[in-house]
Amino acid sequence: MSDRTTGSDAGPGDDRGGAPGAGVGNPNETGPGTGTGTEALPPGAARARKALPRRRRHTQRVPVTLLLPALLGLAFLILPLVGLLIRAPWSTLSDQLTSTAVWEALRLSLVCATAATAVSLVLGVPLAWLLARTELPGRRVIRALVTLPLVLPPVVGGVALLLVLGRRGIVGSWLDSTFGITLPFTTTGVVIAEAFVAMPFLVISVEGALRAADPRYEEAAATLGASRLTAFRRVTLPLIAPGIAAGAVLAWARALGEFGATITFAGNFPGRTQTMPLAVYLAMESDPEAAIALSLVLLVVSVAVLVGLRDRWMSTP
Amino acid sequence: MTTVPALDARLRVDRAAFTLDLALTAAPGEVIALLGPNGAGKSTALRALAGLLPLTGGHLRLDGRLLAHPGQHLHTPAEERPVGVVFQDYLLFPHLSALDNVAFGPRCQGRPKRAARAEAAAWLERMGLADHAAARPGSLSGGQAQRVALARALAVRPRLLLLDEPLAALDARTRLDVRAQLRRHLAEFEAVAVLVTHDPLDAMVLADRLVVIEGGREVQSGTPAEIARRPRTDYIARLVGLNLYQGQADGHRVTLADGTVLATTEELSGSAFVVFPPSAVTLHRERPDSSARNVWEAEVTGLDLHGDQVRADLTGDLPMAADLTPAAVAELDLAPGTRVWVSVKATQTHAYPA
Repeated sequence: MSDRTTGSDAGPGDDRGGAPGAGVGNPNETGPGTGTGTEALPPGAARARKALPRRRRHTQRVPVTLLLPALLGLAFLILPLVGLLIRAPWSTLSDQLTSTAVWEALRLSLVCATAATAVSLVLGVPLAWLLARTELPGRRVIRALVTLPLVLPPVVGGVALLLVLGRRGIVGSWLDSTFGITLPFTTTGVVIAEAFVAMPFLVISVEGALRAADPRYEEAAATLGASRLTAFRRVTLPLIAPGIAAGAVLAWARALGEFGATITFAGNFPGRTQTMPLAVYLAMESDPEAAIALSLVLLVVSVAVLVGLRDRWMSTP
Repeated sequence: MTTVPALDARLRVDRAAFTLDLALTAAPGEVIALLGPNGAGKSTALRALAGLLPLTGGHLRLDGRLLAHPGQHLHTPAEERPVGVVFQDYLLFPHLSALDNVAFGPRCQGRPKRAARAEAAAWLERMGLADHAAARPGSLSGGQAQRVALARALAVRPRLLLLDEPLAALDARTRLDVRAQLRRHLAEFEAVAVLVTHDPLDAMVLADRLVVIEGGREVQSGTPAEIARRPRTDYIARLVGLNLYQGQADGHRVTLADGTVLATTEELSGSAFVVFPPSAVTLHRERPDSSARNVWEAEVTGLDLHGDQVRADLTGDLPMAADLTPAAVAELDLAPGTRVWVSVKATQTHAYPA
């Protein structure tokens, strides 16, 4: 009807206007949308129109100047992953993945990322509460500082950690002389580097959840005799649990992939500080097939994380 | 023993564009309704009583115990006040069952878990909600949620129960039932209850005493019957459905500011109010030569169906509302813009000192 007439204006030399609408819903059909219409097109377009009557209204008349770069961008993001799948040494994959080196790196990665997430939770949730619920002086500055590791190159973070917690660092020399604790180039160092990079994700996520949660529930708890801590523990925390979970998963994924800060602060010792990303990087030079296999494992983990988060992050806000 | 009011408060809260200054006293067992238009400061007063908002002046004393006194830098936080609150949208904790919502308060007061839950179960039983103990707030109806909220507030055994628009979130049908139940529970409650509402019917049914506030200040207080009979502001007069005028009384005549004279039954002198109900107004097409001395010309500005009556808004020397039967409207052929004569019998007016 009216959709059709407006649609046919958009397609240059296209006899039916349905193509752009059908194209957005299904990547396989994007070709006809930008190319010329053929006889094969109308039935498919008509079917798409029937199946997605509401969708079409939003997607009608997509300007080519937007569509073209958009599709290029899509290809740019997807093709490397497709390449990884195509070039994966499927035949030798099982041998690659059962080598002790791989398992050691994977185990270390999982343990360290989980520990870093735990550290982030213990320290990050109270920090998020402080930012969201109190009139802290200089709160804006504090929030900016908290988010800084998000944009800071991880290598810089690693250098900074060395300067503070290294053997001759400001805090590190004291730890070393007083307790005999050495952090850099240890597994604990890996955890610290990962937590440094990952915690801001959690803080931001939890703070957002706290701001979205109605603070009047805490007031209701107060009128029932709950101290602020009790109200937080028994009311606020359960209310924002989904936000905390999402933030934790995000932080965990970030920690799992952490490279720059880890290699700078903790080094690259197999079995002690060599996590999966470091192993991948090293393997690329000696054994590319092993690198691809390791990368596949990380890809699978990432997809699993995405699937776990899809309700919170993939749906439109 | 001298009788000390259970609640003795002077609430002063200064905000940028608003000042609340309200004195409240109440005897044990008394139910007070704060009635006022939106933005009058009702909720501010309630929050100040609950301790969710610090006073900037005045004091708050409950059962003889001073809870807040800014002059002495005293502010007891909400969690340490013997106060229970039923919030407007109830704010039942969505992750807890009805039972655990009610048990929350006793638990916070240090009761062991089992004792708290047993106590909560007893409260739900009293509210007729024993079957819904395990239900999450999301699956309760509005009326049930209201009762859970009331049970939760009462379970902390408050010495002051605060209810913020307790019936506003309910639909008309449920409202009637819940209002009757709430009235019963409030009657049983032995300490002071303060409820905030903008609904005059809720206030009159539920409260022993009404405090009407406008612009952060009390404009009138008294029993529901007093308020309904002798309103002192246009807002209250409209709430209770009366035509209200203020003027100078001299014997059986009250002269309004614009010179209009109203004949009244009561004999008064000095500043006075005159009220009469819309049903006391009679409309005529011709100037009536009846015994009524209160006769004016007016113009119909609007007609509205109220139940089986038609409410006519009239302008003229004396703006007023009049209630007629639909038959009378048809007979008089009334429409907006129609010019009519109105008469009000002096015996149907009520005058009282301002």
